[in-house]
Amino acid sequence: MSRMKRVYSWLDHRLQLGKPLLEMAEHPIPNRTASWWYVFGSAAFTLLMLQIVTGILLALVYVPSAGEAWNSLNFLNHQLTLGWFLRAMHGWGSNFMVAVVLIHMAQVFLFGAYKYPRELTWTLGVFLLLMTLGMAFTGQVMRFDQDAYWGLGIGASILSRVPVVGGSLVHMMLGGPIIAGATLSRFFTLHVFVIPGLMLAFTFLHVWMVLKLGINEWPMPGRVVRRSTYMAEYHELTEKDGRSFVPGGVWKDAVFSAAIIAAVAVCAVVFGPFGPGGQPDPTIIQTVPKPDFFFLWLYAVLSYLPPNLETPFLLIAPVLGIAALLGLPFYASEGEKSWHRRPIAILALTTIAVSWGVLTHLGTYTPWSPHMDAWSGGPAIPARFLRTASPVEREGAVVFQAKQCRNCHSIGGYGGQRGPALDDVATRLTGDQLIRQVLQGGGNMPAYGKNLSPAEVTALVSFLQTLHPANEPSAADAAQSVTGH
Amino acid sequence: MNEAGHEHSSENHSVVGSEQDRLTISRRWLLLKMGIALNAVVGVAITIPVVKYLFAAVKPDEEYKSWVSLGPVANFPVGETRLAKFTNPVRRSWDGETDGVACWVRRVAEREFQVFAINCAHLGCPVRWFPQSQLFMCPCHGGVYYADGSRASGPPERGLFPYEVRVVGDSVQIKAGEMPTLSNSASLVQLGGVKTDASKGDSPCRG
Ligand code: FES
Repeated sequence: MSRMKRVYSWLDHRLQLGKPLLEMAEHPIPNRTASWWYVFGSAAFTLLMLQIVTGILLALVYVPSAGEAWNSLNFLNHQLTLGWFLRAMHGWGSNFMVAVVLIHMAQVFLFGAYKYPRELTWTLGVFLLLMTLGMAFTGQVMRFDQDAYWGLGIGASILSRVPVVGGSLVHMMLGGPIIAGATLSRFFTLHVFVIPGLMLAFTFLHVWMVLKLGINEWPMPGRVVRRSTYMAEYHELTEKDGRSFVPGGVWKDAVFSAAIIAAVAVCAVVFGPFGPGGQPDPTIIQTVPKPDFFFLWLYAVLSYLPPNLETPFLLIAPVLGIAALLGLPFYASEGEKSWHRRPIAILALTTIAVSWGVLTHLGTYTPWSPHMDAWSGGPAIPARFLRTASPVEREGAVVFQAKQCRNCHSIGGYGGQRGPALDDVATRLTGDQLIRQVLQGGGNMPAYGKNLSPAEVTALVSFLQTLHPANEPSAADAAQSVTGH
Repeated sequence: MNEAGHEHSSENHSVVGSEQDRLTISRRWLLLKMGIALNAVVGVAITIPVVKYLFAAVKPDEEYKSWVSLGPVANFPVGETRLAKFTNPVRRSWDGETDGVACWVRRVAEREFQVFAINCAHLGCPVRWFPQSQLFMCPCHGGVYYADGSRASGPPERGLFPYEVRVVGDSVQIKAGEMPTLSNSASLVQLGGVKTDASKGDSPCRG
């Protein structure tokens, strides 16, 4: 025993770390913050460590070369003992990390933790969030499959919209004129050296400030933050109603971190690694690129914005959003912390969470994308639509199928969702309106005027006119019924 | 450091030394400033080549582009639109399959061609050609284009990106080398505009 002590004191005499560490461990925290609500920050830190370790282990095998990356990933998945497991841990760890960082942020926002004197802690946290998302995006590039390739194309296309310097930015991003070897090399550098290095530095400062300034106290309605009195009040609180950080608060952090790592491992074992998908050959165009989970919301936004709003949105919204996050603690550094007294904050958080959820949900089934194979690959038009059809109407059904109408319009429950389902289109549009819509398009529909012969149009429209439930009449033109036409 | 030095020397020289100390200290500060200045000079001298290295990929579009053959004219029947593939003229040996590029070749008449980038004018996804309905469709956000490349519907603001085309002897050639985006192709004529007028079918912007 005394031998251990001697080793310890030999080390500490030289390292000089014992005293400051002990101080940190024993610093008092308010009793009520030793709560399960306060575990997300430490969980994010644990996940960062997990990502670093699994990342280093993957880098032992991964080849960051456009020609070989995809092969080395498949080697990891299928040939190397437990390579799949490490890829899965890293992939799921990334998903968990983005989620935990977002939850952590929502929680500190809700608890008013960004107020005086913790403004800078929040600011660094915002940068840490951006870097976490940056790691998620560059990580998707490391997977170097079709989705990664076209994801880079989308990134480059967004950058190209920047006025004046757009072209140069694209060259910078891609490392050349096209997405190729140079692109993967620079994303590898970002993913492995630049962003993680910055993240570690920022994380150190972030945690340092939490320990030095003390954890945010549990917000109470009426306990208002004032610059002049806050520090004294906080110290009084930790003295009167506090406990030592170790072990009083930290045991919950430890339990939750272990649970999170276990959850990552379970997901890794049960669901396996992500991809890689198809090989990154840009001449294979039979592909439907899709971003990773945390960028699905953006995918939805980009589909729904009107074309003329898109460039301003893409270039201005991120700047405004980040500025708002960074500016928040300076705009509202004093005042109420309790959510009972901050209706606008609650409203803002709910709005963001709900829109994110809805957009992500839409992103998972992409109603805006045509189903490229619906016209050729799916089930035929159900017989019930054709049982009583005349030869012309049947011919129209053939036109409907052959001209890819079904890529955007579903019928009998199968087809794209870009346009409305046509099962009962005849109850909405009259024959004349159908002809007009087919010939001239409109809404989100291209004009088929040049692409169909008059006979095909006649057949198609007569087929469409049969599409109404038996007990519901088809749409009628009021003017025609008056003239008795 | 300043204070420590002061204390130390005042022990040795007691009263007399204080004037001398101030001189010593200001000399030390001067030396430090010189050190910083030296670092600044060296820093700038090194930064210039580093920045040049970092920005080496940023070049005028023309430097990346050159004429590439898409194969003999006979590969492309009149009135049809076919997928053509070529190797990007700017490439590195470790690019793997990513140095391949695809494009859509439309032979309008005997010696008249239109060649479109595979990349959607919206955000660059690969568009697919459907000869039956004479439309290009984009799998990403549902952009649609007519046979002549003009915009039909969906999020794209403009028509497909056209390449400059020429026919030399027997081969169809295009000016290629760069991923087409709005920043390097937008200066070209707007194909068909955003009008939904079906009769618009003439092919502007011939290479
Ligand atoms: S990339 Fe083609 S519609 Fe968005």
